[in-house]
Amino acid sequence: MSDTYNPNDDEAPETLILPLDDWHRARGGRMVEFAGYWMPVQYDAEGGGIMAEHLWTREHAGLFDVSHMGQLLVRVEDADGAPMADQAAAQTALEGLLPADLAALRHGRVRYSLLLGEDGGILDDLMVTRRDDGFYLVVNGATKWDDIGHLRENLPDDITLTHLDEHALLALQGPQAVEALAALVPDVAALGFMQAGAFQWGEVALWISRSGYTGEDGFEISLLADDSAALADALCADPAVRPIGLGARDSLRLEAGLPLYGHDMDEGVDPVTAALDFAISRRRRDTGGFIGADAVLPLIAKGTPTRRVGLALEGRQAAREGAAVLDADGAPIGTVSSGGFGPSCNHAIAMAALPLAQAIPGTAVFIDVRGRKLPATVTTLPFVPHTYHRKGAAQ
Amino acid sequence: MTVLYTADHEWIAFDGEATAGQIATVGITAYAQHALGDITYVDLPAVGGALTKAETAGAIDSVKAASDIYAPVSGEVSEVNEALADAPELVNSDPQGTGWLWRQTIADPADLAGLMDETAYQAHIEGL
Repeated sequence: MSDTYNPNDDEAPETLILPLDDWHRARGGRMVEFAGYWMPVQYDAEGGGIMAEHLWTREHAGLFDVSHMGQLLVRVEDADGAPMADQAAAQTALEGLLPADLAALRHGRVRYSLLLGEDGGILDDLMVTRRDDGFYLVVNGATKWDDIGHLRENLPDDITLTHLDEHALLALQGPQAVEALAALVPDVAALGFMQAGAFQWGEVALWISRSGYTGEDGFEISLLADDSAALADALCADPAVRPIGLGARDSLRLEAGLPLYGHDMDEGVDPVTAALDFAISRRRRDTGGFIGADAVLPLIAKGTPTRRVGLALEGRQAAREGAAVLDADGAPIGTVSSGGFGPSCNHAIAMAALPLAQAIPGTAVFIDVRGRKLPATVTTLPFVPHTYHRKGAAQ
Repeated sequence: MTVLYTADHEWIAFDGEATAGQIATVGITAYAQHALGDITYVDLPAVGGALTKAETAGAIDSVKAASDIYAPVSGEVSEVNEALADAPELVNSDPQGTGWLWRQTIADPADLAGLMDETAYQAHIEGL
């Protein structure tokens, strides 16, 4: 057999160690190189394995170590290095790089956003939150070093960019996540989807947002790396919580229709083709003024030739990244950007950017897998409905 | 029953000393199923199809990957494990029993030269 799985295609030779490396290994974590780090792809333990971990997260609560991601703070500081009360300069500067309406972003609110190149290609996708001490960004692990360079190059000198590299990031996802986390930090239950705030767990300071990458209700918790093993232990002491590896993280996000940077989009793909134009706020469509605006705004107005959609296969055989999508006559119309077996769907699923004429739900297509034409149907995303905890109309 | 192993973590089982045209059963090893993780689909060769030693005969999908499976010897497929269509997880739970993949003829017993016995295979995987 030849294992064609190579999560390490583009990585630097030096593989880094996560703060919870020992913690993962002690729990049977099968460590692989991903985004430049040794990370658990699954846990070889009771209840472990990608299928079991995926289904556990959909039914209970899964704990993910996503400390490989980049946590950044963008702000204006006074002469002593403390954040200024007025972060208007940081807001203005960041709006020069992000297509989000940061002026309308209230304290403790999280937005999905993008870093774009001048040509409108996606350099990265990220979450941005307004905090008391500045704007908090969470970017992808594999791209964080390039992001830091891009931000530093394009932010004015009086704007401080801090890489919070002494912080870990844990995600607790699933329908029982709120009970499990509220047992330690009761006030988190008051957060709505895409809201965030500062919390205390005993002496430990936590920054918690109600967000995630599984389509489930859940939280992402930033804390000093030195405290992360204690929190992971405390969460996993709850019988509803199990550690979940990268394998299930990928199948969960695929079922949730959430794109993966470097696969479903990259610097050669614009936000409209990637069906991420919702990340370009209404006001910013009118005013522009962010890197890439000149290229992207016309695309929003007139559309792109292709657009990312879901593909539901009939059978269990997976169509993976790179597989050709064919129309009913067998002519190639696109390429699978990510795909695999959906444990909750119980059939194979995929995503691809298809010509608009075929990017219509219900369209029958084929995917060429090993010379066999697998039938598939174009579908809206997500494949599995999101169960986010949305609060009121303010969302 | 004689069981021999390939360096690609497949096994081939047959009665006694192999003779030309004899039927053998093929599968993957416990080591292989563990490395693959949860198996979600098995792409098996067609019954009646001709297989060539060391060439691709099918594929195994796990949640994380697709892996080719190779013919351990040349021959003709006489039967495939139909149970795997609905229960591919049998390859995980019982790879050298109910999770067998296909049965085929051994066209030329000389193809078996170079395959490993149990002891040699265990040494092979310990060296990985």
